[in-house]
Amino acid sequence: MTVATAQLEGEARRPPRYGSMARGRRRALFWSYFFLALFVIFFLMPPVYMFITSLKSSGEISAATNPWWVFHPTLSNYTNLLTQKQFLIFYRNSAIVSVLVVSVTMVISVLAAFSLARMKFWGSATLATGVFLTYLVPDTLLFIPLFKIFAFIHDKTGIELINHWWVLIVLYPTLTVPFCTWIMIGYFASIPKELDEAALIDGAGYMQMLLRVFIPVALPGIIAATIFAFTVSWANFLYPLAFTTSADQLVLPVGIVTTLIKGDVYNWGQIMTGALLGAAPPLVIYAFLMDYYIAGLTAGATKG
Amino acid sequence: MAEAVARDVRVSPIGRRKTARALVRRKSLVAFAMALPLIAVIAGLVVYPAAYAIHLAMLNKSMQHFVGLGNYQFLFRRFIEVSNLSWATFWSWSFEVKLSTFAMVVEQSVLFAVSAVIFKAVIGFVLAHFVHNIPQKGQRKWRGMLLVPWVIPPAMSTLAWLWLFDPSYSAFNWIFTRIGLPAVPWLGNPYWARFGVILDNVWVGAPFFMIMYLAALKSVPEQLHEAAAIDGATWLQKIWYINLPMMRNIIAITALFSLIVTFANFDIVKILTNGGPIDQTQVFATWAFMKGIQGNDIPLGASVSLFMFPILAVAAILILRNVRKRTNEI
Repeated sequence: MTVATAQLEGEARRPPRYGSMARGRRRALFWSYFFLALFVIFFLMPPVYMFITSLKSSGEISAATNPWWVFHPTLSNYTNLLTQKQFLIFYRNSAIVSVLVVSVTMVISVLAAFSLARMKFWGSATLATGVFLTYLVPDTLLFIPLFKIFAFIHDKTGIELINHWWVLIVLYPTLTVPFCTWIMIGYFASIPKELDEAALIDGAGYMQMLLRVFIPVALPGIIAATIFAFTVSWANFLYPLAFTTSADQLVLPVGIVTTLIKGDVYNWGQIMTGALLGAAPPLVIYAFLMDYYIAGLTAGATKG
Repeated sequence: MAEAVARDVRVSPIGRRKTARALVRRKSLVAFAMALPLIAVIAGLVVYPAAYAIHLAMLNKSMQHFVGLGNYQFLFRRFIEVSNLSWATFWSWSFEVKLSTFAMVVEQSVLFAVSAVIFKAVIGFVLAHFVHNIPQKGQRKWRGMLLVPWVIPPAMSTLAWLWLFDPSYSAFNWIFTRIGLPAVPWLGNPYWARFGVILDNVWVGAPFFMIMYLAALKSVPEQLHEAAAIDGATWLQKIWYINLPMMRNIIAITALFSLIVTFANFDIVKILTNGGPIDQTQVFATWAFMKGIQGNDIPLGASVSLFMFPILAVAAILILRNVRKRTNEI
């Protein structure tokens, strides 16, 4: 009898304890969602505000009604910008520069990473460390000496490098090549040795081994590095600001900042539209290839 | 016959070794050739300009002759001036301190980088835990939304912040006046302007920390948490005694890396305040740009930008040590 009641008591006691654990877990979950929602609001507020403003006419903006709402939505900012020849030139310059920089970067860094990760030569380990160190050298340290060097080249050979959009194709690899090489070394080093031994036995040369074995196997890494190189060359602001000045030689970020802001008259509807259109390509890539994007971000520190 | 076989046996190893050595030499030659474009880019576009910057920093403005450390003497002239200092003013804290423009640049660069990195790291750490805490199924969606500030080019998103901080149409001030708070002079007042550039930088960088710390958090073995739960550990103890030690390396690498990038930041300050009001938000990069490119004093600009070098070197050594430690552990 006593045993039975003790058992009953025990059973009666257990469910509430389980319930309180579940309640604690539920509460933790609630607060997690609550703070996540708070931060998502904080993080998405500027882009959403850009979008809201881009739908307003300049009359509605200067009327100072509720800035967080559109009362008379209009697409005139978009049609105005997209029919402007100048803006389309910015877009074209940006696109050509980014695509070329990505291609050059990927060829250089895949070749170098293959040789550093697999083939090894005298000093290759030092070079791998050096690649990582150059990745840490910021563009803000390099732009002044590069500017002077370009001026010097102009004096000596007569080739004008400053104020041409294509000079950015020479400059951006300083930012993209070290990091892409670094993460490709990590990806190539993680490929098992047996694979290249099998390829060697089948009579493959180094080039075949790279093209038929390494590149297909490390494709996720290559996509991640490509995305990184594209975002960096699309977003850079310092080099084009320092090296290009004429309106037809500008790329998108600098073009929007310098030409849409004219003196004290800020046409905010158009500026926000331009900024949103400038942010669109990286955002679209991110939306479709999020996992590769994140893999590229974390590879720098977790691999290597 | 037997002799022939014996000769074969004697000869063949030598021959094989020779071809093997030739193969190795050929292999390292091919490897070197493959790495040559990388070496050219690094040597020509990074190492040489960096060394040239040191040379440039030691020339006079017209770059005609060598002045040694003259530019640095100029930068440190009247660095800090303390006037009206006596026992009485010292205790009542009423003596006057006047900083030169360069001293303000140093002060603001350090303040900007250190406080921004601390805020980014704390927010990233907390957010990573919140994302890790919710069910696996929804994590992708939340992570996707939280990373958006990092994906937008900083120059573009800073324009949005500039518009949010607008003196007459600020959308924040609209909310503040609605709920009865005074309007804030966002970029007009030096202190608020400093707050503004730090806020923008934290907004851009915190998602990166979140992603890195989340990746580190995923690699903490679940058994440790179970064992801690059985021992009756609270959530705070789990974070302090399990997560923090396990994530230590990534925390350090990410923070040091971000410190370098934040010290070298240009876009945000340039667009948001352009160094103003009265040079109060000027950092190394923007001041070097102003002096070197816009002011046409390339040596002075190079001297200023070289101030980023010591912090860079220290951080790089620390990161490298951490990365090595990690690879040894694996």
